Amino acid sequence: MDHIDWNRLKTGEVNLGTSIMAVQFDGGVVIGADSRTTTGSYIANRVTDKLTHVHDRIYCCRSGSAADTQAVADVVHYQLQMYSQTAGKAPSVHTAAAAFQKLCYDNKDALSAGIIVAGWDEAHGPSVYNIPLGGGLFRQPWAIGGSGSTYVYGYCDATYQEGWGRDETVNFVKNTLALAMSRDGSSGGVIRMCVITEDKVERLFVPGNELPRFWEGHEILGAAEPRKKVASDVVPMVEA
Amino acid sequence: MTSIGTGYDLSASTYSPDGRIFQVEYANKAVENSGTAIGLKVKDGIVLAVEKLVHSKLLVPEANRRIQTVDRHIGLATAGLLADGRHLSNRARDEASNYRDTYNSPPPLKAIADRLGLYVQAYTLYSSVRPFGISTILGTVDPDGPGLFVVEPSGVFFGYNGAAVGKGRQLAKTELEKLKLTELSVREAVIEAARIIYLVHDDAKEKEFELEMSWIGPESNNLHVHVPKDLLEEAEAAAKAALESLVE
Amino acid sequence: MDHFPTNWGRPRSEAFDAYGTYPIHQRPKTDSFSAGVQRTQQPIVTGTSVLAIKYKDGIMMAADNLASYGSLARFKDIQRLHPVGNNTVIGAGGDMSDFQYIQTILDELIIDEFTAQDGHSLGPAEIHEYLAQVMYARRTKMNPLWNSLLVGGFKDGKRFLAYVDLLGTTYTASTLATGFGGHLAQPLLRSAVEGKEDTLTEEEALAIIENSMRVLFYRDARSLNKYQVATITESGVKISESKSVETSWSFAEGIRGYGAQVQ
Repeated sequence: MDHIDWNRLKTGEVNLGTSIMAVQFDGGVVIGADSRTTTGSYIANRVTDKLTHVHDRIYCCRSGSAADTQAVADVVHYQLQMYSQTAGKAPSVHTAAAAFQKLCYDNKDALSAGIIVAGWDEAHGPSVYNIPLGGGLFRQPWAIGGSGSTYVYGYCDATYQEGWGRDETVNFVKNTLALAMSRDGSSGGVIRMCVITEDKVERLFVPGNELPRFWEGHEILGAAEPRKKVASDVVPMVEA
Repeated sequence: MTSIGTGYDLSASTYSPDGRIFQVEYANKAVENSGTAIGLKVKDGIVLAVEKLVHSKLLVPEANRRIQTVDRHIGLATAGLLADGRHLSNRARDEASNYRDTYNSPPPLKAIADRLGLYVQAYTLYSSVRPFGISTILGTVDPDGPGLFVVEPSGVFFGYNGAAVGKGRQLAKTELEKLKLTELSVREAVIEAARIIYLVHDDAKEKEFELEMSWIGPESNNLHVHVPKDLLEEAEAAAKAALESLVE
Repeated sequence: MDHFPTNWGRPRSEAFDAYGTYPIHQRPKTDSFSAGVQRTQQPIVTGTSVLAIKYKDGIMMAADNLASYGSLARFKDIQRLHPVGNNTVIGAGGDMSDFQYIQTILDELIIDEFTAQDGHSLGPAEIHEYLAQVMYARRTKMNPLWNSLLVGGFKDGKRFLAYVDLLGTTYTASTLATGFGGHLAQPLLRSAVEGKEDTLTEEEALAIIENSMRVLFYRDARSLNKYQVATITESGVKISESKSVETSWSFAEGIRGYGAQVQ
């Protein structure tokens, strides 16, 4: 096998290699994703939008098979429209997450979908749900997912704090994704983010040439250079 | 009755020339012949009470209940044909369980009332079936607070603050209107409900009856359960005392 | 039974990834079974051991708060002890999505029983029997629920403690442990509990459980020093807040090398 069979993709399948993320803060949630879609090591789309609307104030971040996650998101989108018409109110984030979870769990053998559901609702305010591969449902204050996420767990654990405002949260998402994209070959391109609050959904965009940059190293091939010698005209001090 | 002999009352799938469905109206008669059932939506909960007419002294006390539990937080009381009530409560349980399966959360009562309404209505459409001979009072306490609905044989349902169906509904409604329901606690409502059932019971026509009561409130941990025995006895004693004082 | 849920129910294959570094779906697969069956499913997000013992007042059960994703400690705040009705707790190792499914079907079962309002309620023995039937039925359909579960309870003055797993296997004993705990904790639990089931106090029982949780934390690479303890007694079900055990490491400070080395 010449590349990592990330989650049982069918041969030639389009993969959201992906770094995705969602973080809740006091008034809402910030969700974010890279924009790379690959088939093997070829980048099929470098400007993908992995932040998918499923209701007015509920979005999902998709990772895994593009076809599977689009199909699942489309079904949930339909179910939530039906729900809001019959119940006469907007669905809660939990309702949306439960719909995703049911599809992912019941069809676990056929799907490769790792989905984060996040949004704002009247009853609970902001919330984030993680639905990883097997179809479990986990509520978290912040969630990361996709192949890139494994490189940034430590960064997130060390950095995240409760009580942040909108701007700090946006920064956290932006930095985390930039770090994940820089280390994960299956992630890259631009950063797309959404800030979901009671009032609106705001789209944010960081172009690929303006990503936050961190230590990029100076690795050198070959033998190590000798340590610099002390200049010969300096006379070392000697005890008398 | 004008409908008799016209042939328009033989099937639920036939309208009369003036646009009525007599089979549904007859179903309402079945409800009117039944012991009264009432529901009270108060400050912190719900009380359901039923005047269960006992047609034989040989019956086991507390058998043939007319109040059923649909889900942890939903109760149902029926007036009309007992077996129809049982059938509908089973359907309600299935609907509640189905809602839980789909949404991974407890059903709001409106969703259940909605589905039961559709179900009951379907029995007003076909010549092969008989409409439900029951009116159903549904009560709940959920995160949005207490809720009370009545589903009628036609399939329509309405939300109420106080509901009464069956024989004594007119008198019961007047009594319910006198209460300040939004200020009552469930415990107080239990006493009032018992009093109303005793009041509307017609001693002259029916001899024996059994008072059946359930509640949902803080004291039941917001679960739908039958009222504890000691409270039921207290409420019955108070109801009898109130009746006595009325006679004097 | 192997302590990696991944390997449960499979022929032993030590050729690859013996340490369970990768979630199975991304593991290299070349053993003789990879081309054949085993399409059923695999555990992905997994929990490790569950421990339980009988003691004077009832049953005590413990499980840590970790849900792993291969060797990644992915969710560190997961509850693996779940109350069912008023007299029973189930504890689960193995696939957490299957465990969540089990929780929902048991919740449904309890509601069915509650709505009957017939004065009966399900106790631990009935719940265990039901679970065993479900687990066996699923494995017979070649689609097992990938868990090993402990069922503990106290009803009508009687203690109950039993095991059921993805194959539908059941057994009962006064000490039980799933997963890695079956190897490491079970011997400790047996020597501390057997013969003393009717005299051990809650404090003594807790000390025994804590000691085993410590050993598991030291020696199970998929464990976490953050766990909960459930007690099921006459007075009902209690599940503690998350807690941790004291650990000792200072003895290691002076260790040098791996043999003759002294500095």
